[in-house]
Amino acid sequence: MSIEAQTIHRETFVLNLGPQHPATHGVLRIKLTMNGEYVEDADPVIGYGHRMQEKMGENRTYAKFLPNTARMDYVAALFNTHGYVCAVERLAGITVPDRAEYIRVITAELNRIASHLLWVGAFLIDLGGFTPLLYTFDDREQILDLLESITGARLTFCYYRFGGVCNDIDEQFISGTRAFIARLHSRMPMYHALITQNIIFRKRCEGIGPIPAETCRKYGGSGPVLRGSGVSYDVRKNEPYSIYPRLDFNIPVYQECDCTARYKVRMDEMVESMRIIEQSLDQLPAGPVMAEKVPKLLKPPKGDCYFNVESARGVFGVRLVSDGTDKAYRLKLRSPCFSNLSLFRDCSRGMLMADALALLGSLDLVIPDIDR
Amino acid sequence: MMAIPKDLIMELVRIVLYVVGFLAFIAVNAAYLSLLERKVPSWFQLRYGPKEVGPWGLLQPVADGIKLCAKQLLVQKGADVALFKLAPAMVVIPAIMSAVTLPFSETIVARNIDLGLLLIFSLSSIHVIGTMLGGWASCNKYSGIAAARVVAQNIAYEIPLLLVMVSLVMVTHTFNLHEIVNGQAGGFWHWNAFRLTASPLMPAAFIIYFICMLAEANRAPFDMLEAESELVAGAFTEYSGMGFGLFFIAEYANIVVGCSLGTILFLGGWHCPFGLLPGLHWFLIKMYFLCFMVIWVRWSFPRTQFYGLLNLSWKILIPFALAHLVLTSIMLKLL
Repeated sequence: MSIEAQTIHRETFVLNLGPQHPATHGVLRIKLTMNGEYVEDADPVIGYGHRMQEKMGENRTYAKFLPNTARMDYVAALFNTHGYVCAVERLAGITVPDRAEYIRVITAELNRIASHLLWVGAFLIDLGGFTPLLYTFDDREQILDLLESITGARLTFCYYRFGGVCNDIDEQFISGTRAFIARLHSRMPMYHALITQNIIFRKRCEGIGPIPAETCRKYGGSGPVLRGSGVSYDVRKNEPYSIYPRLDFNIPVYQECDCTARYKVRMDEMVESMRIIEQSLDQLPAGPVMAEKVPKLLKPPKGDCYFNVESARGVFGVRLVSDGTDKAYRLKLRSPCFSNLSLFRDCSRGMLMADALALLGSLDLVIPDIDR
Repeated sequence: MMAIPKDLIMELVRIVLYVVGFLAFIAVNAAYLSLLERKVPSWFQLRYGPKEVGPWGLLQPVADGIKLCAKQLLVQKGADVALFKLAPAMVVIPAIMSAVTLPFSETIVARNIDLGLLLIFSLSSIHVIGTMLGGWASCNKYSGIAAARVVAQNIAYEIPLLLVMVSLVMVTHTFNLHEIVNGQAGGFWHWNAFRLTASPLMPAAFIIYFICMLAEANRAPFDMLEAESELVAGAFTEYSGMGFGLFFIAEYANIVVGCSLGTILFLGGWHCPFGLLPGLHWFLIKMYFLCFMVIWVRWSFPRTQFYGLLNLSWKILIPFALAHLVLTSIMLKLL
């Protein structure tokens, strides 16, 4: 080592990113150890929005906990409800009518599109471009209107019930959904022209924030983050649930591992979701939307089960242990954002601050889903 | 009783008129460009923009001004109070002073200085120091980072800007803004931006000027100074009330001065594109068109990375500006 290198005084400082910071999308705090503009270490501090959801799930009856599931990942609320409802049904041995399964898939995929649209807008805001948000929200608004017409809610949907869904869909919803899909199809070229092709956007994303598949495996990263790292893993294909095996759709996978790959995965997933919805609408059978003989106060037999669904952000898992009473003995929720955030420390090391924030944005974090 | 010379009185009246006029011009422009800054993107973004305060939201800047004046000026612990309070003034005063040499029309010019162009560039470098001091004195890490960025950015962008200016001065043979404009009379093909006989790269020089102006005024996509998704509000994070308001006015004043200078240097100043009816109105039309472009660019592009911005300057703009300079001098020698 030369004398010069020994005498250089290296000084780092701690930059407190959040809990109130425009880039953290909520009450997430990250303690960044910075060397100039370079991130040396990033220590996420979580729990500002902790509400003891798991404990609440053990303190109240199964049905009473149902609305809580929508308040974790509130951007894609139906997936959480879907996971919880399916876990309880597996535990209690309830069979869901076909029509209800189709309706669940249609609404869940609509919710996935809404969630991805919100992400595109929010990600562009992280990169400093404000305008796309207003366009994606315009599209998302149509989905919210559709879902409002059948669920009664616009954000924290509580639509699924043990044994089916609470409300049948009508002709108006079906024609509205078809019209929305036609509309979004016609707008996708615009998004690609304005965002995907934008030179500054490409410079800010290509090769930025690489997440190797190995890191995803180590930390349990899932969803578009994992598929942007070249691993074709999607619960809908790998552990099929509901009616997904009957539908024809692809899992978009990109090998680049960077922010662009994660962006493209989400853009392609919207198109695939539209295919899923169209097929489901075509195949939609007639019949009841609730299983018969589901008791008001559910007391599943003693047992232990795990059910995971592919949420908009990755694998959402529910583990339920029942002791035969009307309340769960143990409820464990595996939320995708928590695992995806844990990648950040490893991957952001040595990055410039602006790039690290692009990486953080590309993970698509919903903070209440981390804190629960 | 001593008689005051008549021309001295006339001169004093002239000075007062111009000072009041410029202050009003800059203040009104800052206020109403901030309204345009919200109205124009609202057209792009499928929304209304301000519309409640006054017809078409026209009183919105007044409401903003009252709000800013009513706010408490907070100086946080650890800040360098003197510098913290000095910085906004250091930013806004040079921007207003630059207007002294700007010829708005054949007759409306406060001081027709032979080295006007040079004066404007020396004044426009001062606001960088002001912003840096503001960020430094704030005693806030985000502001500190922004202060360091703004210096690097302005050094990087002043070089291509000055190189373009040097080649322009070689073509026009003068530093006097009034004469530069008069050299472009008689239709848009005489404008410096399209003077292909002087150098085929002249349109590119205009684009370089525009990019550098955006960077000098810290406007998106080069708004490293604020970069709200990274640095909260950058150098202005700790400023409240009119302290922030002055930075805000300075930003728009810089845009007005930059666009005016672009109009004067490249777009023929007050001359009509077709050689008809020259006058103040043509100057204003061209200047506001450039202002509109500035706003348009801001709401259409994401922010560049900081190193992307430096790369653009050092690897693309400076070589281009140098090539333009060399080409211009060769063409001058040959023709």
